[in-house]
Order: sequence, then C-alpha cells, then structure tokens
Amino acid sequence: MIDLLSTHYNYLVFVALVGIGLYAVTASSNLVKKVIGLNVFQVGIFLFFVTSGYVDGAAPPLVGHGSGPYASPLPHVLILTAIVVGVSLTAVALALIVRIYDAYGTLDEEAIREVQLND
Amino acid sequence: MTDAIALLVVVPIVLSLAPIAVGKAWNRSGWVAAAAAALVHLGLSLTVAGQVFATGAFSYAVGDYAPPFGIELVADGVSATLVVLVSAVTLAVVLYARAAGPHTSGFYSGLLLLTAGISGVFVTGDLFNLYVFIEITGLATYALVATGRSPAAAMASLKYLLVGTIGASLYLLGVGYLYVSTGTLNMADLAATIPSVGYDSPLVLTGFGLLVVGLAVKAALFPLHTWQPGAYAESPDSVTAYISALVSTAAAYALFRVIYAVFTPAFDAAVPFALDALVILASVSVVVGSVLAVLQSDLKRMLAYSSVAQFGLVIAGFAVANTTAVTGGLIHLVGHAIMKAGLFVGVGALAGVAGGRTVDDFAGVAERAPIVSAAFAVLAFALVGVPPAVGFAGKWHIVLGAVEGGRWGVASVAVVSTLLTLAYFARVVERMYFQDAPASGAVADADASADAASDGVLASDGGSEAAPSGESGVSIEARLVVVAAAVGAVVLGLFATDLVSVFEPVLEVYFE
Repeated sequence: MIDLLSTHYNYLVFVALVGIGLYAVTASSNLVKKVIGLNVFQVGIFLFFVTSGYVDGAAPPLVGHGSGPYASPLPHVLILTAIVVGVSLTAVALALIVRIYDAYGTLDEEAIREVQLND
Repeated sequence: MTDAIALLVVVPIVLSLAPIAVGKAWNRSGWVAAAAAALVHLGLSLTVAGQVFATGAFSYAVGDYAPPFGIELVADGVSATLVVLVSAVTLAVVLYARAAGPHTSGFYSGLLLLTAGISGVFVTGDLFNLYVFIEITGLATYALVATGRSPAAAMASLKYLLVGTIGASLYLLGVGYLYVSTGTLNMADLAATIPSVGYDSPLVLTGFGLLVVGLAVKAALFPLHTWQPGAYAESPDSVTAYISALVSTAAAYALFRVIYAVFTPAFDAAVPFALDALVILASVSVVVGSVLAVLQSDLKRMLAYSSVAQFGLVIAGFAVANTTAVTGGLIHLVGHAIMKAGLFVGVGALAGVAGGRTVDDFAGVAERAPIVSAAFAVLAFALVGVPPAVGFAGKWHIVLGAVEGGRWGVASVAVVSTLLTLAYFARVVERMYFQDAPASGAVADADASADAASDGVLASDGGSEAAPSGESGVSIEARLVVVAAAVGAVVLGLFATDLVSVFEPVLEVYFE
C-alpha cells in the first residue's frame, strides 16, 4: 500500500482533483464556485495526461539535453491546447455570470430559481 | 482540390471576424459577411462531396505531416453528406436571422465559429482534434444561447456550459485512456492497434465508456439531457433552429465514428455488454423524451424534448450494429436536422402571428398564416414518420435493422415513439387547423403579455410589430426557410435509396 502510494501518487492526485471538482460543480449553489469546481475537474484530467508522458529520470526531449530516456512531449502539447480551451470556457462562464448577477442581483442558484419561478 | 476539406474549417474561422469588421463600417450589415461565408462554405462542401462521389473517400494530412503522427482530415460518403447539410442549414439560418435577428455582428461571428467547429467534427480523423472541435462547437453554442435577451437565457447558457464541459472533459479523459494504452490518437490507427492491446483491457473498456458518456451528454441522451430544454427554449429562434439542427447532430456523429471507426464491430462482438448498455440508454431516452414532450405546453420545450427522443432513436440505431440499422440512424440524423430546423423556424414565425408560443396560442393560426402553417404541418408529419418523408425512411431502416439483429426492444420502442410523436404533433396541428382563433382583442392582450413575459424575445422577431394582421406578420425569409425545409424533408424521403447507397459503402468497410 505504501509502495503504491509512493509510486502512483500522481494518479491519486488526479482522482482526488476530479472528485473534488465534480463535487464542487454539483454540490455548491454559488455559481462562481461551480465554475471553479469545473476548473479543478479539468485540471485533474490535465494532470492525468501530463503524467502519462512522464518517465522517471528522463531528460526533456531537446537536442543537447543529455542522452537516454526522454519524456514524451506529445501529451504536454495536447494539454497546452486543452488548457487554452479551458481558459476560454472559464472566460465565457465568468462573462455569463456577470450578466446573471446584473439581472438577478445574486449568484446563489436557489435564489435565482426562486426569482425565476416568481416571474 | 483536396485542400477544400481543410478550407471547410479554415474559411468560417477566418471569416468569423468579417461580420464584426463589416458591422463596424455599416450598421446591421453583419449578415452580408455571414451570407458570403455561408455561400463559400457551400461551394467548398459541394467540392468535397463531388470529389467523394466521383473518386471515393480521401484523406488530407494537415500541414503535410503524414498520419498517424499528423492530424488527418477524412472525407467519405457520410462526412461529405453531413458537411453539405451544415452548409445548407447555415445558409438557411443566416437568411432567417436577417429577418428574425439577433442583428448584432457578434451573433454572426458566433454563428460562423459554430459552423467551423461543426464542420471540423464531421471531417476530422483524429480523436484529440475531435475534442478541440467539439469544444469550439460548445463555446460558440454557449455564446449564441446567451444572445437571448432575457436573463434566463444567460442562466440556461451557464447550465449548458457546466454540463457540456463535464461531458467534453469526460470525453477527453477517455481519449487519454486510449492514448495511454495505444500511443496513438489517429482513428484509423487506433482501430488497428486496439485489438493488440485487447478489447477486454480495463484501459480500453474505461476509455470506451468515458467516450460514450461524454458524447451522450453532448447529444442530450436521457438522463444527461437536462441542459437541452432550457438552452433551446431561452435562445433566440434563429439560434434554436441552428443548434437543434447541428450541435447534437455533431455529437451523435462523433459517437458513430467512435463506435465504428475507432472500436469497430469486432469490439461489439468481443464485449457485447458495451453496446447492449447503449441500446438500453438510448431506448429509455426515446420513451422518456417522447412522454416529456407530450407533457409540455410551450412549443419550443416540446420540440426540445422531442429532440431527446429522436436522438435516442438515432443512437439506438447506431448501437444495434448492423448495416441497415446504422444506415437508418444516419438517415434519421440528416432528416432530423432538416425537420427540426424547419419546425423551430416555423414556431418562431408563427409565434409572431399567434402572439405566443404555447400550444393554445396556436389556435386557428392556420387561417392567418396558411403557407407557414401548411409547411409546419408537413414537417410535423414528416418527423412522425409519414411516408414518403425522410422521417419515415430513417425509422423504417432502424426498425428493419433492429428486427434483422433480433433487437425487438428497439423495434417496439421505435414504433411506440412514432405514436407518441403523433400524439404531441397532432395536438398542435389540430389546434392550428380546427380551432377558431381567440377574438382579436384577446390576441392583442396575449401579444402584450407574451411580449412582457419573454422580455423582448418576441420583439426581436422582425415581424412581431405587425403580429395580428395575417400572413404579413411572417417575414418572407421565414416563409422561404420553412417551405424549403418542408420540401427538403419530402424530397430527401423520396430519394432515400440514394442516401442509403451513399452511406452503405462507408459502413461496409467497417462491417467487413
């Protein structure tokens, strides 16, 4: 068990981040917290990708950076793209939240639902 | 001209800046740029389709990096047909939006970005590239849904964003699992390497599950559909027509590619449980979606729940896993896009005449707007599955394939869904044709209250100022689009055998 924890801690962190993120999206009623939860969830998945290209003791795949095993650069490049996508999503989400706050004066999901029902 | 396939994505992305540029110079002229881009897109997609039909499927290596290391774009009968569909729907919606709004340049920019994203989903041959295009599609859709003027539109859009992003992220995680187990992202290469990893490897199985669940969220299968009714009901009519026609369609198409181009029918033979589960999920979606649609009084919500049911049927067709049923699923996918876009434009156009969007508001509307009402009725019965319309051709092949494959459950669900579809459309058509309109004073009242309730959404419809005064309340553009959709649905149904002969060669490659 200790062995597993010490060698696969990156996967455990991935699972923890995904779990925390999903919990925050579903359980919190504050919209900003939901968006942050979404970010944590995505970062967990990014970590999974990045860690899949990692080789223990490997050199970066650059000319003149030693010999021997190299880390795979492809997952890192993919995740750079995914991070850009994630940032754009956060930007859109926050822009929507600004509009929602202007209209309802609150960011609490329950309160907004009450206002919508009373209309 | 293999470059045309890359330009299908590049042209709308680059030209998505044009409406803003043109809109700065001349007010309200964004649609000119959008219409030009849509026409160029139509030319490109016809070029691609022409080449596919002349010489067969072809692929294009982006940036001259040969696959499997570079990104590959693939055109075959299915993707060529679907990109032509994208162009046609884009052109129709740009035309409709000229009258119905929203008129801002930003709206047209978003529409072109969405066109680029969806075209990309249809032509890409790379799983990670597919994720990027799905997210471009998603981002543009969230922005477009939020162009509805009421704050409820922003709320519906945010809900869609949260659910949609979780779906796309699950898909990304599935891609990660497959990448870790095979070391490749190219679809054709994955199909060749997954068997050597083993279909029963936990990584492959988990990858399949995550890909399917992620795309099922995007395609709005029950119980992952909760974002859809709000997003459809709160967005402006032109946006609803566009996203109902193409966004879930893109997700369902991606699911088709994942099941057949990446996992191949051999996976189904090795792990029958995987597709059995999908058949059950899709069948439940058909029944629940139809029942919820019957319960709605708001027409846009009714059509949204109807989409949940129709996509359930399409995906059930995919999951039956024989050539006939999958062909039926693809035909219904194309047919649903045309019919739903036409129906949503019809609701938008008739709402201006009827003074509201509920079933009761539509009483007697056929008398005041005969052409649009007739086209709406044709589209409604086409979606129910009355021959010779395309709705019949799709459902017929799904049922036939289900019977061939011994999936009696799917066959009976398809029949039940047809009856339920008739139930919710017959109610509307009956009101339109066989009930008298309320007295004119009541119309004015209803108009005013509906205007207040929907917070100016109706006012953004070009025709609503002239609402009670007959067919003149419907813009020419809306009339054109609805009639074209109705004609398209019938003509496509008449030529369904040609569609079958386009789709089947693609499927035979997978089923060999």
